[in-house]
Amino acid sequence: MGLTPLLTIDGLTKTYPGVVANDDVSFHLAPGEIHALLGENGAGKSTLVKMIYGLAKPDAGAMTLGGAPYTPAAPWAARAAGVAMVFQHFSLFEALNVAENIALGTETLPPPRALAAQIREVGKSYGLPLDPGRLVGDLSAGERQRVEIIRCLLQNPRLLIMDEPTSVLTPQEADILFHTLRKISAGGAAILYISHKLEDIRTLCDKATILRQGKVVATCTPREVSAARIAELMVGQLLSPPARTERAPGEVLLKVADLSLEPVAAFGTPLRHIGFDVRAGEVLGIGGVAGNGQDELLMALSGEVLTAPGAILFKDHGIGAMPPGQRRSLGLLCAPEERLGHAAAPDMSLTENAVLTARQREGLERGGFLDWAGAKDFARRVIANFDVRTPGPDVVARALSGGNLQKYVIGREILQTPTVLVVNQPTWGVDAGAAAAIRQALLDLAKGGAAVVCISQDIDELLEISDWFCALNEGHLSTPRPVRGLSMEEIGLMLGGAHATHKAEPGATHAAA
Amino acid sequence: MIDPVTLIVALIGASTPILLAAIGELVVEKSGVLNLGVEGMMIIGAICGFMTAVNIGFSWSGFVAGAAGGAILSVVFAFLTQFLLSNQVATGLALTLFGLGLAALLGEAYSGISPPLTPDLFPQTLQEGSAISSIIFGHDPVIYLSLGLVAAVWYVLQHTRAGLILRAVGENHDAAHALGYRVVRIRCLAIIFGGACAGLGGAYLSLVRVPSWTEGMTAGAGWIALAIVVFASWRPWRALLGAYLFGGIAALQLRLQASDITVPVVLLDMSPYIVTIVVLVLMSSNRVRATLNAPAALGKVFHASG
Amino acid sequence: MLRLEKRPAPARGWIIGAPILAVLLTMVAGGLMFALLGKDPAESIRVIFWDPLFDDRFAGFSRPQLLVKAGPLILIAIGLSLGFRAGIWNIGAEGQYIIGAICGAGFGLAFFPSENPLIFPGMIIAGALGGWAWAMIPAILRTRFRTNEILVSLLLVYVAEAILATAATGFLRNPDGAGFPGSRNLARHPGTDNPEIFAGTGVHWGVMTAFIAVIAACVLLNRHILGYQIKLAGQAPRAARFAGVNAARLIILCLGISGAVAGMAGLFEVAGPAGQISIDFNSGYGFTAIIVAFLGRLHPVGILLAGLLMALTFIGGELAQLMLGVPAPAIQAFQGMLLFFLLALDVLSNYQVRIGYRTAA
Repeated sequence: MGLTPLLTIDGLTKTYPGVVANDDVSFHLAPGEIHALLGENGAGKSTLVKMIYGLAKPDAGAMTLGGAPYTPAAPWAARAAGVAMVFQHFSLFEALNVAENIALGTETLPPPRALAAQIREVGKSYGLPLDPGRLVGDLSAGERQRVEIIRCLLQNPRLLIMDEPTSVLTPQEADILFHTLRKISAGGAAILYISHKLEDIRTLCDKATILRQGKVVATCTPREVSAARIAELMVGQLLSPPARTERAPGEVLLKVADLSLEPVAAFGTPLRHIGFDVRAGEVLGIGGVAGNGQDELLMALSGEVLTAPGAILFKDHGIGAMPPGQRRSLGLLCAPEERLGHAAAPDMSLTENAVLTARQREGLERGGFLDWAGAKDFARRVIANFDVRTPGPDVVARALSGGNLQKYVIGREILQTPTVLVVNQPTWGVDAGAAAAIRQALLDLAKGGAAVVCISQDIDELLEISDWFCALNEGHLSTPRPVRGLSMEEIGLMLGGAHATHKAEPGATHAAA
Repeated sequence: MIDPVTLIVALIGASTPILLAAIGELVVEKSGVLNLGVEGMMIIGAICGFMTAVNIGFSWSGFVAGAAGGAILSVVFAFLTQFLLSNQVATGLALTLFGLGLAALLGEAYSGISPPLTPDLFPQTLQEGSAISSIIFGHDPVIYLSLGLVAAVWYVLQHTRAGLILRAVGENHDAAHALGYRVVRIRCLAIIFGGACAGLGGAYLSLVRVPSWTEGMTAGAGWIALAIVVFASWRPWRALLGAYLFGGIAALQLRLQASDITVPVVLLDMSPYIVTIVVLVLMSSNRVRATLNAPAALGKVFHASG
Repeated sequence: MLRLEKRPAPARGWIIGAPILAVLLTMVAGGLMFALLGKDPAESIRVIFWDPLFDDRFAGFSRPQLLVKAGPLILIAIGLSLGFRAGIWNIGAEGQYIIGAICGAGFGLAFFPSENPLIFPGMIIAGALGGWAWAMIPAILRTRFRTNEILVSLLLVYVAEAILATAATGFLRNPDGAGFPGSRNLARHPGTDNPEIFAGTGVHWGVMTAFIAVIAACVLLNRHILGYQIKLAGQAPRAARFAGVNAARLIILCLGISGAVAGMAGLFEVAGPAGQISIDFNSGYGFTAIIVAFLGRLHPVGILLAGLLMALTFIGGELAQLMLGVPAPAIQAFQGMLLFFLLALDVLSNYQVRIGYRTAA
């Protein structure tokens, strides 16, 4: 380890109205060290990083960088001091090309041609090939991350911050990333690696600082501590895996056959010849990195986008051209990924949001007029049955925390006793306790004879609850396989798009990445 | 008969107010802001320019005052939408309604007066050579300025860092903010630039095109400028094309009304508006073309949250 | 330094408080404007807001005028507010108003000089259909070609004005009018007139319709699924799609309703207070109604009150012109200011203003 630390963080505290996001956080990084910052959603990782990158000012505490006091007023100041950051979200411009995106993140701009050459050169030396002239909107998630990393590397940073980098990568892509990061740290730069994935950290990081509820609960060497111990430190309690019982598969309730769809939005993903079926009592897990067609698949199933009638069969009836309301009446319910704005209207009360999907099956509408008393009653039942923490059904949706709203949204569908339920990222951004409750509810629903389709990025979650597993990659779906007996490597290949089992069609050029 | 050379000269003159307003609004929209108050800023520019030019006696002072008037009104819009986060559509409409009222109020004493003349940039001898030379040299300085402005906006947007940042802000304000760019400041500057352009366009209308002051004299020019930005799919040179196309129709219909060709006047009167609608439909029906160049954050409220 | 923080839920107090404060601030700013014009600000404000209602010399004439002017404003604004709530921006109500008036008047004049009692109801239907058809142009262009309805509906106002000019000087011109522009007077002919229903109140059929529209909109927005869908589509378009709201149908409905009521308002005006189709019988109600809709917070009861207030500024403005020589356009600027203040104060219901350093950017 280095003699003088590169970055010291001493007693940083940051309060937002109602929350202490960071409470007396201290740790330090040596040059060339890969340091993990671990914690659950809401543990205070992003707030801490925002302060290091100049996006937020601490209420108390101090930092030093390379021995000198470090108080970045804005991101440009952080960049000038040699701190670079790869964001998880929100920092690329889809309609601009790679070179323009990179130029926006650097202070000193070489002429366009030199910049393009530099991008190629840095890309080559770190194993990150990229074409500077391509539009970012046309790139895959992994390629987009390369843009961000190259943007940082061009500034020769002393400290590189990576925010949840593998959440958008397949296992194989993650391996490539780790290789790149080791090269960077061998060059002397320190890396602050934020994640909640224990395996990543155990393979990559030299040291780890674990946050819980805004406080440092431990600093350790991850290779020397068991994953179970780290998980316990992160969560604060041991969680038992959900209980599941064996059941005999029933009739096919939902069948998707040769579903193809052009993208609805600019830079969306087209769906290509998707096919699967789900039986009563089964859970089908659809894995894959976000942005590979998950949203589009959910919208095709929910009826937001219509297809040929025969592409989607509900109990052998073609429903592909049926609007959402009629599908709900039949018993096909969906819960989209985006809670605020898609699954729920942010400024409407929970009662009004109950009407959003439940008006057909719960009989909340008679002759065009709405039964508000009935809707409130239903909202109350969802709140009570799914432990939604809220003062009552009159509260607007956006006043709820992410986890509580997710419980409400999933609960709203489950309480309507669906025949088929499709959920997309059911536990994204939800704390561990609520996530476990949601998974259990999905399993209970299947046990009761419903068919469940669970689309998720979280492979562990899918392995925990699914009977069948398949993966979505660039709009192609691999053939579902029984979860039992599936190896991690096979899963990785499915996620990476090696859909060898999928029938090759003339002209299809999507091969293994 | 209709003389093609005078028609082209008239076309350029008729297009210039709309071109100026459109090129300003193009920059505003590229930064992700939809300002529907163009009509209001134009008419304020028209009256401010007219009053100043009449009182000072030089037309150039009127152009400066017109641009300043439009810019000042746009500051109100910038303050409301960028700092008080008001709805851009409603605020733009308010700007138009307020601008029309205020301009009428300011201009009460100014109807029926002639403004000072705006001389052409080049001497008469240069214009008289041939048809070509009168098309190239036969204009006042503002027309050359408007063309220069189109070129400048194109160059800045495509080839400079400032333009890149502006486009980035209009594309994804959250990402631009995360990189440390001052979204609100950049947008305010764009809005004020747009206001100044619209005001200059208005001043050109009252000082050169008409040239006199009448209430409501913009007659929808601001709205047509907004339509031209859509037609141009946010590209400066296409805005020039759109404005000249529109100006051509306006100039042609005026000449047709004066000639003996019997087309009902009502059809000629409404033709500029109908043509604008038809062109809008043609542009927007092509989904790829309509969405690819449109700023993705257009009209969305930006609030940097903790 | 001041900064804004998003409230977890909209503050109910400010939803009502903001418009009231906006009116007060507009009075202050308007007073300043009148002072700059060389008028006594306090007297100007009193003449505009107080005298029309309570001064013995004017109230007898002004009070009925209040309803005459508020009727069309409320009727049009109620229609517009449905679309505005759904994020559908019909700002061409002025055009729909004109076309409605021309169609309705044309229907009535076609049967001239018959005094059949069915003619007036027929005129109302023709007016509504005319406005509806004019609004269907932007609606269909929007749903079929994704053409921006703001620009199309607005540009169609100028087209409608051109048609109005031809109607007044051409196809609807009074054949016995000695060549002067303008149609026969509908209000002075039994069968085509829109009379005052209760003498001395100013209430004609258009005012009644406006009141009915307010009640209908209340029921629609609070109880009916269509009202729910309108609100949902405006607040969260993706959620609306997920809920199964057909966006194209909503656009057709909202534009159609607002066009039809604007057309009816035009007919009531032309057959009543205006009396005849003339080149400039339309007095900008279609545009002022936009202010009324926003001032009323897009809420039916709010629109009712806002319509009355706006009518008051019209009548008071005329009075101020007569008594104090305040120029007529001053009142238009005054109304624009009112909308500015309202939009500015809107921020208070959704955001909290905090004093302190902007710690998080």
